Amino acid sequence: MIAIPSMRPILILALLAGAAVSTPPARAQSAAAEGQKIAFDRGKGNCLTCHDIRGGDLPGTIGPQLKDIKSKYPDRNDLVAIVTDETKRNPQTVMPPFGRNRILSEQEINAVVDFLQTL
Amino acid sequence: MIMRLAISFVSAALVLAALAAQPAIAADTPNPVADAKAFQKFFTNKFPQLKPEDFANGPYSMNEDLHRQWEEKEQFPPYEFALETGKQMFATPFKNGKTYGDCFPNQGIGIRQDYPYFDEREGKVITLELALNRCREANGELPFSYVKDEMASLTAYMAFTSRGKPFDIKIPDDPRALEAYQKGKEYFYTRRGQLNFSCATCHVQEPGERIRAEILAPALGILNAMPIYRSEWSGMGTISRRFTTCNSQIRGVPLSPQDEEYRDLEYYLSYVSNGLPISGPGARP
Ligand code: HEC
Ligand code: HEC
Repeated sequence: MIAIPSMRPILILALLAGAAVSTPPARAQSAAAEGQKIAFDRGKGNCLTCHDIRGGDLPGTIGPQLKDIKSKYPDRNDLVAIVTDETKRNPQTVMPPFGRNRILSEQEINAVVDFLQTL
Repeated sequence: MIMRLAISFVSAALVLAALAAQPAIAADTPNPVADAKAFQKFFTNKFPQLKPEDFANGPYSMNEDLHRQWEEKEQFPPYEFALETGKQMFATPFKNGKTYGDCFPNQGIGIRQDYPYFDEREGKVITLELALNRCREANGELPFSYVKDEMASLTAYMAFTSRGKPFDIKIPDDPRALEAYQKGKEYFYTRRGQLNFSCATCHVQEPGERIRAEILAPALGILNAMPIYRSEWSGMGTISRRFTTCNSQIRGVPLSPQDEEYRDLEYYLSYVSNGLPISGPGARP
């Protein structure tokens, strides 16, 4: 957490003050940062292979650009479903079933979805 | 975006209908003639601006900028060295005095378009790479690695002497030949590996799209330019090298080079490109 540069001083203060008390915004933010790492990591999500995503280099063009995701999919369960196994929605999709094939764990998928909701 | 999605759904549906599954038909009689026709039509419809022979240029046929790069590269082709080496190897006798030419029809010149062929005596698909190693072994020499430079040099030279000749793969009237073809086709369309990709996922559904920085080649004509020099490899690659690399990329376990399934796959892929000219050796980004 300390390593995250973008964290605003206020949050850090809050963290320092109530160390034991969980602070939802901070947690969400750190999960999103973790999710971004997983999404960009070539050995993990490697989502950039197919999707243009803000902040990532050398995106592919196979999938749609990932933006305004929160307005398009207000229900995070929809996103979890897409990342877990998009072949359920579209049997012909080229998107790998990250959950079904255990490419990502449930926890990792949750982090990726937190990240998607920031886009 | 919606447009793109719509297009890719339509094309996926087309692919399914025209090429893949066909459960009812596949179960009875495979029909290679109809397959090849539907296969070629799928690609020429998808890329109406391309002439059939353009497809043999792989990713370079898919994009203007890349095409310009290709033309520049062809002025000083990076496969030149392999070609020279291959020519020399071809002319140099084995220890027993025989040469590669002695193992092949027409002394091995201008015959690339006939490979792979189905050998009715053995009941197997024989690729050019396999035939070359068999030639070596029959003459008391050790076989070459299927994925290294020597094999690439030999096949580069043999492709070069066959440039412009259309692929002419035959399926003899032998149920085993048809079965080999059908198995190759199934391999091509079967999804596998942790990432759940088939060969067709990338080379039929997504040709012309970028996967990271690489532009995907269309499956039509995909073997015509082999072997290829790839800047990314800083070296030459045989068909065997390309197949095993594509399998590893999808976190699958590649078969060993020249495994029966790969030979059947090569048979299928070459057959459906019948009529397109040999253009190898090729150069790639
Ligand atoms: C090999 C290609 C590929 C990879 C890798 C990939 N996707 Fe996708 N993705 C697609 C395609 C294609 C679609 C379009 C929908 C379809 O095919 O069903 C898509 C759709 C989506 C959508 C819905 C977008 C929308 O606007 O409706 C989301 C969200 C998504 N992907 C997230 C991800 C995430 C997160 C990862 C990595 C963990 C990822 N994708 C990896 C190909 C890919
Ligand atoms: C995840 C995507 C993917 C899958 C799946 C895949 N390939 Fe590829 N393939 C590539 C990429 C990327 C390249 C290099 C760019 C190009 O030439 O298409 C390539 C190149 C090739 C080439 C050389 C084409 C040329 O003109 O340079 C051949 C041949 C080939 N693949 C065959 C296959 C076969 C056979 C399979 C299945 C066993 C397969 N590929 C599966 C991504 C894939």
